[in-house]
Amino acid sequence: MILSLALLTLLMAILGGWLFRHSWGARPWEAQVAGQAPQRQAPPGATPARVGLGVILAVATSLFALTVSAYLMRLELGSDWRPLAMPGVLWVNTLLLVAASLALQRAWRAARDGRARALRTGLAWGGGLSLAFLVGQGLAWWQLTSAGATLQANPAGSFFYLLTLLHGLHLLGGLVAWWRAWRRLGRGGDIVAGVELCALYWHYLLVVWGVLFALLLLT
Amino acid sequence: MAESRGPAVAEEMELVHPKTFLGKYIWSQDAKVIAIQYGLTATAIGLVALALSILIRLQLGFPGSFSLIDPSSYLQYVTMHGMIMVVYLLTAFLLGAFGNYLIPLMIGARDMAFPFLNMLSYWFYLASVLILVASFFVPGGPTGGGWTLYPPQVISPGTPGVGGGILLMLVSLIVFIAGFTMGGLNYVVTVLQARTRGMTLMRLPLTVWGIFMATVMALLAFPALLVAVLMLLCDMLLGTSFFMPEMLNLGEQAGHEGGSPLLYQHLFWFFGHPEVYIVALPAFGIVSDVLACHARKNIFGYRMMVWALILIGVLSFVVWAHHMFVSGMNPYFGFLFATTTLIIAVPTAIKVYNWVLTLWRGNIRLTVPMLFAIGFLFTFVNGGLSGLFLGNVTVDVPLSDTYFVVGHFHMVMAVAPVLVIYAGLYHWYPKVSGRMFHQGMAKWHFWLTFLGTYVVYFPMHFMGFAGVPRRYYAYGETAFIPDSVITLNMVITLAAIVVAAAQLLFLFNMAWSLRHGKPAGANPWGATTLEWQTPHTPPRHGNFGDELPVVYRWAYDYSVPGAAEDFLPQNQPPEAVRSADDAAAKGPDGGREAP
Repeated sequence: MILSLALLTLLMAILGGWLFRHSWGARPWEAQVAGQAPQRQAPPGATPARVGLGVILAVATSLFALTVSAYLMRLELGSDWRPLAMPGVLWVNTLLLVAASLALQRAWRAARDGRARALRTGLAWGGGLSLAFLVGQGLAWWQLTSAGATLQANPAGSFFYLLTLLHGLHLLGGLVAWWRAWRRLGRGGDIVAGVELCALYWHYLLVVWGVLFALLLLT
Repeated sequence: MAESRGPAVAEEMELVHPKTFLGKYIWSQDAKVIAIQYGLTATAIGLVALALSILIRLQLGFPGSFSLIDPSSYLQYVTMHGMIMVVYLLTAFLLGAFGNYLIPLMIGARDMAFPFLNMLSYWFYLASVLILVASFFVPGGPTGGGWTLYPPQVISPGTPGVGGGILLMLVSLIVFIAGFTMGGLNYVVTVLQARTRGMTLMRLPLTVWGIFMATVMALLAFPALLVAVLMLLCDMLLGTSFFMPEMLNLGEQAGHEGGSPLLYQHLFWFFGHPEVYIVALPAFGIVSDVLACHARKNIFGYRMMVWALILIGVLSFVVWAHHMFVSGMNPYFGFLFATTTLIIAVPTAIKVYNWVLTLWRGNIRLTVPMLFAIGFLFTFVNGGLSGLFLGNVTVDVPLSDTYFVVGHFHMVMAVAPVLVIYAGLYHWYPKVSGRMFHQGMAKWHFWLTFLGTYVVYFPMHFMGFAGVPRRYYAYGETAFIPDSVITLNMVITLAAIVVAAAQLLFLFNMAWSLRHGKPAGANPWGATTLEWQTPHTPPRHGNFGDELPVVYRWAYDYSVPGAAEDFLPQNQPPEAVRSADDAAAKGPDGGREAP
């Protein structure tokens, strides 16, 4: 639970710092000075979609951190843990996910600069590589199962399936957003905001995968 | 209004305006309608839990008199009563109903940030409730493993509802969490993004602060329950051993090995303890606003109230293991968690002192919402004090799993938040319905509920000291249980029936007043917050007519010295404040001195 606590402390510290900035020296009991117009409240860069993505990422962070905490605690508490040999295809998958993230980053930049062709290529590669990643994860599952490391055989295996499943489902959810952006691109709508959200979400999932993969390799 | 100020059109949002009845009231994307849907669904399932509690009490008060209740069904009633009340009633009511109704209105927004997601959130909640209800009708009935759903027993043969019952319970929780996450996303983004001009964070009513902080906590804590439920499902359906140890069950070797039931407890209580404050923080917020409004006085120490909310929220994540003092943990660990638990008393005490100081020399009006708010103060302090006993490891160990615990948590997180729900319902009923409730019935409801719950829960503390264990179907011939406990149990049961009947009176009052209540007017309590300043009562879709309100002051300008009225609405510009002395002579006067 130390890991989850550390991450939650970080999230709460951000919240506390933000609150501190707004409340320190504030005099809530004083009314607006006459003749001074009250201001718009949300800062200009913060759109509901961006803030919403931030909230989703915080929830996902909590989910992954807690699952990893459960992994580490089960590792410590149970005596039946047998380390799992990672299939080599996971390295390829990691590269695929890095490439997908980079492609979406390029698409985002292209969208901001208004380069339609580069946007289209970047977005297509981003989605395609992500699908390839998911197929690769399925391949890893198949390899492990046929090697006898089934879901039931050992907690190390159970956690491998659980962690990759959770990560895969999050990526699948991201692909829904990606698909909507892709459709809108086909209809010629404005998709800068959508591509931006996709790119940020993919970077996040890449980091999560990096952490999970490192954890699986090291234990 | 001064002409120099530009048009007050804040960032407008497009709203879906459906024309049909179905679109307006069923598939609605209006937060107010969704709030009422949440409220009615939570009330319906809450009545089921209330009926279950009466069945439990009948068995305890008059053991063996009712053939309907056998040991298995008794355990099922206890389990479902707890789970429904904590998750499906309190969480859904305080966040789903109050959150949806009050957040947009109080911060001066037209609706939630993502109305469609908001609608989806309700339908997920309804689905989770229906799945839960379905578990009453599957073979074997609902799960009887206790509301904490501890493995291994909850999914092992011999426990009531081990087949379909527990499966539906777990699925229902997953659906609930998915729905809540959508709703919670909305609350947080709306509070952060959709505040109207002038509504700084430090001008937010405390109700919004309470709901906001509780939502942040819930978003971070519910994933723990989700992970635990997913892993439990795997253990149950797929034969993994996350939680299930190697064990013999009914003489047979179960197919698991090496799992850790303790791991489940850690995950569950990592959610479970913040859940207490997820229920409490919105209640803290609502009660602050009700007290200030009906005492005609500004809230004492507004900034400290906000800071205390945040501090309670943060601390509640580092106390979970105080639910596990008897699980065989390292004593140093127990000491650590006892310390953090007792530290929570500091911000909580700040809040209690500030509520009392808000009342001090206030112009107290003993309206029905005020009665419930004051009732909350008593009940919360009582329940909180018994928490000090249970927070200490050495005191907790003998009291663990006795009726002392039942008395404690019912006082502090069942009766106290429910009293606030009633305070809130009576406070905002005139705005939601446009009519006043029946005073006489409401006062009967208050006194029967407040005194009745004391008769129910106060004696339980003494039963706990006597060592009476909880969750037992019957005590039989037990040497250490004196006859007085038997008598007490009968008295408690009778009181519980009276309290339950009082809730039916409440429901009747709400329904009756909808048609026969006196028209309430826009602002019957003389409240300052924005929801009372809407052009229509009840507020229409879009809340504020053509122009969003602009906020010039905090939510607590009651009895401002020198002002003509005893309250200044948040959207009243300083130029429009009439001074008491020469309101008629001079007309509009300039600003005022800060208190």
